[in-house]
Amino acid sequence: MKSLSEIETTAKRASKAAGFSWGESEEIGKCIRQLEMFGLPGITHLNSYFRDKEKNNYESLSLINQSNSSSNPYCPIILGIGFLDQLKIVENYEKIYFSSIAYPIIFLSFLSRSSEIIGKKINVKFDEKEIFLNLNVNIYSNFLNLEFPKNSKDIEINFIENKDNFNEDEWKSLYKLSENTFVEETDSLKKDAAGAGLTDND
Amino acid sequence: MKVQLRDPNKIMRLSRLGSFHQSKLSFLRSFLNEFKDWEYRRDLFNLDRFGYGEAVYSLRKDKRTYSLVCFANKIKDDERSDRVIATKWDAAFTLHDGVPTQKDIDRLKNEVPRQEVGRLSFKELTLSRANKSVRVFNHVVERLSEGKQPDLELLSNVGYLYRTTAVYGSGKFGLADRFRIKNREEINGPFRLEMMLVYLVRQFTFDQVNHVAHYKNPSKAVVLDRKICKNLGIGNSTGLGMAPFIVNHPTLLNNWVMSREIALKKIREIKKVKKKESDLFIDCLKKSLKNITSWNTDSEYQQIKIKNLLKDIKKFIHFIDNNFNFEDEYPFNQIYLWLEEKACEECIEYVVSIMMEPYNEITNPLVSQMSSDEDKYFTIPTSRTVKDLINIIEKKYSNILKINFEKKQNTQNFWFISKNKEEPRLADRFEEGGSELEQPLAIARDVKKLYKKLLDTKNNSIVAEFLSKNSELRHIVRRVFIVEKFPYSEIQDNTIGKNIVPIDMLRLKLSFFGALKFDPRSDKWLRICMFQGAPLPDELKSYDEQWVYRTSN
Repeated sequence: MKSLSEIETTAKRASKAAGFSWGESEEIGKCIRQLEMFGLPGITHLNSYFRDKEKNNYESLSLINQSNSSSNPYCPIILGIGFLDQLKIVENYEKIYFSSIAYPIIFLSFLSRSSEIIGKKINVKFDEKEIFLNLNVNIYSNFLNLEFPKNSKDIEINFIENKDNFNEDEWKSLYKLSENTFVEETDSLKKDAAGAGLTDND
Repeated sequence: MKVQLRDPNKIMRLSRLGSFHQSKLSFLRSFLNEFKDWEYRRDLFNLDRFGYGEAVYSLRKDKRTYSLVCFANKIKDDERSDRVIATKWDAAFTLHDGVPTQKDIDRLKNEVPRQEVGRLSFKELTLSRANKSVRVFNHVVERLSEGKQPDLELLSNVGYLYRTTAVYGSGKFGLADRFRIKNREEINGPFRLEMMLVYLVRQFTFDQVNHVAHYKNPSKAVVLDRKICKNLGIGNSTGLGMAPFIVNHPTLLNNWVMSREIALKKIREIKKVKKKESDLFIDCLKKSLKNITSWNTDSEYQQIKIKNLLKDIKKFIHFIDNNFNFEDEYPFNQIYLWLEEKACEECIEYVVSIMMEPYNEITNPLVSQMSSDEDKYFTIPTSRTVKDLINIIEKKYSNILKINFEKKQNTQNFWFISKNKEEPRLADRFEEGGSELEQPLAIARDVKKLYKKLLDTKNNSIVAEFLSKNSELRHIVRRVFIVEKFPYSEIQDNTIGKNIVPIDMLRLKLSFFGALKFDPRSDKWLRICMFQGAPLPDELKSYDEQWVYRTSN
């Protein structure tokens, strides 16, 4: 089994050899390491991407808008790095749309890091697939075979505001049960508690 | 009185970094301190009469066990090489996480002796190999088998029976990734498992030499005297492989140097030094003279440094004995100021290390701050402005901005990874091919390139915008933001200039390892000795902390 350190170093060097700058290659190494740690086929797709890159004219998008369309699929690496770099701007968009992205799984790894940086979960939809990126702690989806396409169309990205996954009644019910671990305090004990003897206005 | 931390522009120059010495903060000393109450065992010693076979040594505490698995092999004299291109070694080792089963040992027997072309698993933590100093090993076997102890002068000149030629860890060749074990308290310090491997290998070398001598002459042989064992360490040949490490791990480098600087600052701020503290300092200082006078090297470069060190240390001792009073206020600050004025860099850093000896309460808390969670600082703050970047560069890289990279001599060399061994190498850009595959280790040149580009960019534009047009500078933008937070993270020198002395970079790292007696064999590789004078494993529970200065070699 290859260690994650080997995966990161090799992905970084291969990316440099494939024409990316050292700084971009460092980003790619980190992302592929992360995908493999999550059990996703990062190495397989990176290899395939490098093979296809010469034949296909992938679009480089330098400035990300709310809606981004192109006749060719966007390069997942240039797009991913751009997304990381422009995170402070793009996180203000309610929804971000891309007409087509090559090797979306590679792009997902950049989104996963973005999720950690801004502290928000991210929801991605394409080809009837739905993927949740959870603060770079894990990636989960509504499909099990993990067969990611080489190209995907109509990609929609949503930043999910930090809010509870449960309603207030469910919370109250659980909290009430938790109160059964508390002990009623006597009056004499209350007198010795922190702040006792002082007034709030002294 | 408040003393300022020393200026990184001065301390992070290569000539200063190449003058660093081991100290209480060094990893082999902090390893011994951490593991002193662990139980040491020799679990397996299955060698034939010539010393070939397997052995297992362990350190145990509570439910944790670390096991050194050793494989000693017969090799021909012409197969023995310390160079990284070697494919066979006298012995090969791995540190196994837990107690190895017979199945593990059988698996490891096929992989460990092959080193870089073998495959290890997540159950192995470090990997190494070593060659005998044939001259010393054979001499010791001969003498012990005759019932005599070896010639101390020969041992003193060499200092070890074996020397390692590489020690690998952190995910190399399938070894466990650091993240799997990083939460273990006992290894909360850099290179602790590498130090453990080398330390246990040292004991293996003694056991093997005794074993071979015994079988050579069972009726007459004696074992190697414990005092002689203690004064032997493990040698190491180190080449350029180590140099890029300190460039590629800026926050780690910062934490090492910062710990040293904080220790020095706190010691200089001590108003009244107790008698027992000054006595210990003076004792270590005077006894350390033996370390200097027994420091042998054929390197003219190092001989001059040693000569100056010895001259300045004697001058310093004379000053302490005749013109100095430890009862004065802030004595260590006075000492430091005297050194800066009167002594060479090698001597200044030598004494700085010794200053730490009486102060466990200062050094111990710093040891745990010498690791780094590097991923935390990987993301570039791209919403910052170009002006911010310019300000950081002007403040943090002032020496480097003075270098003229239009001059050929300042870009004479380039770093690359060799195809045959995947090891870092340095070559002349104008004489050798391959500079188009240069590694990103020319930090000074690239910082200057970035600076020039930034000056042509609008001050209020954000870094994200700058990077979208200048992706070739991304690696260096990341570093500049790191150095903003970590002042000692960058070598403040040109690492590709004509006059680069790469062994200064090796020396820096090795001093933090705790190596002694740096012996440059060229400007690109050197030999060192580790654990010479250190307690033996069965003495760990109670040992002299200042053993480094009290070795008899």
